[in-house]
Amino acid sequence: MFYREAGQFKTSYAADMAIFPIRQDRIGLAIILFVAFVVIPLTGDLFVLNSMMIPFLILSLAAIGLNLLTGYTGLLSLGSAGFMGVGAYACYKLETSFPQVNIVVWILASGFASSFVGVIFGLPSLRIKGFYLVVATLAAQFFLEWAFARVPWLVNYNESGAIEVSTHRLFGIAILGPAASPVARYLVTLSIVTVMAWIASNIVHGRIGRMWMAVRDMDIAAELIGIRLLNAKLLAFAVSSFYIGVAGALMVYLWLGAAEPEAFNIDLSFSLLFMVIVGGLGSILGAFLGAAILHLLPIVLRSAPATLGIPIPGAIVEHLTFMAIGILIILVLILEPHGLAQLWRTVKQKLRVWPFPY
Amino acid sequence: MKSKILGAALALALTAPAFAEDSIYVPLFTYRTGAFAGSGTPIADGMHDYLTMLNERDGGIGGVKLSVDECETGYDTKKGLECYDTVKPKNPVLINPWSTGITLSLIPKAAVDKIPILSMAYGLSAAARGDVFPWIFNPPVTYWDGASEILKYIGGGSIDGLKGKTVGYLYFDAAFGREALPFFQAEAKGAGFDLKLYPVAPADMQNQGSKWLDIRRDKPDFLVIYGWGAMNPTAIKEAVKAGFPMDRIVSIWWPNDADAASAGDGAKGFKELNWHGAGADYPAFADIKKLVLDAGKSQAAAGEFGSTLYGHGVYNSMLIAEAIASAQKVTGKKVVNGEDVRRGLESLNIDAARLKAIGLDGFAPSLKITCADHNSHGATFVQQWDGAKWVKVSDAITSAIDKVQPLIDDAAKGYAEKNAGWPARTEGCDSK
Repeated sequence: MFYREAGQFKTSYAADMAIFPIRQDRIGLAIILFVAFVVIPLTGDLFVLNSMMIPFLILSLAAIGLNLLTGYTGLLSLGSAGFMGVGAYACYKLETSFPQVNIVVWILASGFASSFVGVIFGLPSLRIKGFYLVVATLAAQFFLEWAFARVPWLVNYNESGAIEVSTHRLFGIAILGPAASPVARYLVTLSIVTVMAWIASNIVHGRIGRMWMAVRDMDIAAELIGIRLLNAKLLAFAVSSFYIGVAGALMVYLWLGAAEPEAFNIDLSFSLLFMVIVGGLGSILGAFLGAAILHLLPIVLRSAPATLGIPIPGAIVEHLTFMAIGILIILVLILEPHGLAQLWRTVKQKLRVWPFPY
Repeated sequence: MKSKILGAALALALTAPAFAEDSIYVPLFTYRTGAFAGSGTPIADGMHDYLTMLNERDGGIGGVKLSVDECETGYDTKKGLECYDTVKPKNPVLINPWSTGITLSLIPKAAVDKIPILSMAYGLSAAARGDVFPWIFNPPVTYWDGASEILKYIGGGSIDGLKGKTVGYLYFDAAFGREALPFFQAEAKGAGFDLKLYPVAPADMQNQGSKWLDIRRDKPDFLVIYGWGAMNPTAIKEAVKAGFPMDRIVSIWWPNDADAASAGDGAKGFKELNWHGAGADYPAFADIKKLVLDAGKSQAAAGEFGSTLYGHGVYNSMLIAEAIASAQKVTGKKVVNGEDVRRGLESLNIDAARLKAIGLDGFAPSLKITCADHNSHGATFVQQWDGAKWVKVSDAITSAIDKVQPLIDDAAKGYAEKNAGWPARTEGCDSK
């Protein structure tokens, strides 16, 4: 009933092929955007904006990037954290070498550096698949982490070996660095993530996305119908690394404010992969849902005992949260192997026929 | 009747915030979970127990109760920032990040949020320059001072005594271990000793086999260790296994009693730098034992009390308490805030008489912080593990400040330059 598209006639091919062909979806999206752009900045306090929403958006963007590669093209990767690092260090080098250019330009441009590195490490993907490709991307992860720690040029020969963020402005308002208000940083992050998610959604619904999915489902068949595997796979690596690189730059510049090489360790790669798997492989929505489960849920769980007035020491809460999240992930994988995005699709289908299911 | 209830409710509502104002909020960033919990737990207990003891014994500081609150960071920068956002609205008087990564992320925020940062003997060494970093404090000694003191000790009183020798440097390959590297390299060139480097990546803390093969091959005359977390017990065990003479190893001040004990009898003779006394033979520790541990108000496990890292925690909390007391004296206020405590820290003068008054006579050397010098570059001594406890085996070793200061000045200048728009100091100065 809620999702009946009866009466919504399409009069052009463009309307028929729109990403959100159903009016209810469009209304829902408008409400979500309104909440994200207006309600949250007006009502959210420091903690909600700084520690919940900004990291959630940045991790979502990285998960979208990984989803393009793993979910849409079927190429497993454990190098995501390394590619995030490439974005972050590229942004740092660009920003310190050319400080007169606006930082937002550099954050977006740093994606190209990551893209380039991604393509290089993606080259073996033509010959190796599955677990063997995981090992190749793992090599990328370790090599990049090593490079961040060992190439002092990357951190402008800082004694601390870390990159630090100074204050930058956009339209005269400080958007990053210590003087920036959380609202300003949140809105910049949100705008970048929204635009990039919109572009990603267009890519996967178009020719390129179909090409990737064909490669994912059976690469020999895809080759036979005229898809060039090398181009398709390298393009997937390039676009995916671009997204992940921008997310890395955002992470250092708008979230952490300083970063050591350990910020980009293998744990981050794993948690991004979990986000994609739990959220749903091959779904942009899934990237957001996965990031919410892996970033927001632990925060909510951690604050639960204090809110309910149960006195539990912090370390035990930490362990309990860790266990609860682990159990939840296993449950999701058993009960809904296609991830939370599939759950949403099922709900949508049920709502469509409700109250007269057939 | 109705108005009476309303009036009472109103009175209650008005007095409630006043109650909250009557305490000083001291958040402690601790980590009892994660890969570094082994080092983090005793420190957390030491910090927590000393402040709890002050609340129990003296009713807080200057008659104002301390509201002590732990936030679990897991030594993770992201969680540390989460903790910072959680505690910031509650008006903390200072932050102890207890992680170099978290410290680096918070340094630019301190001046904006008006919350001083106390990174006791860790963090950014350059922060010793109070004129560049008015909100950051890293007493009583920096890693560069520590390096110079270790080299002086193994050189037999002066770094030049190392001429022609080989010194190995086994370090945690992150900001913390790498920071001392330029100092060692400069000294190796200056004093004419051979420096061998053995970096241990954070992921390989417990897997140092290949480094120890190198050490066996190179046979350095002395080995300096800058380790943290699981790296320390592993290094000591590997040294025992490799048969490296224990009394030729000198570590920076982070290995704990348990780290040395875990390697068994072979660890006898292991040396480390420290600036405060080992053990618990001080009146303040007796009070902690009586009022906190025996009262069941501590999470400290048996055997942790009086260990080196527990002592670091107590020293850290002693600095917090003294900073608050000094802030109360400088401002004349009872309930102080972050800005007051920054002034308090800058006028901190803990001399022998004061240490005696707070029950820590002989625990640590006197400490004086000024507006220009946020560190004091204090003296340390070497303590040696005898198989059951630490024994002090050297006199006070002073820092080679003439060699350290130029490095600190350079680093501070570099930091301010690289962070374009780093604010010039505008804060006044109380200690003349």
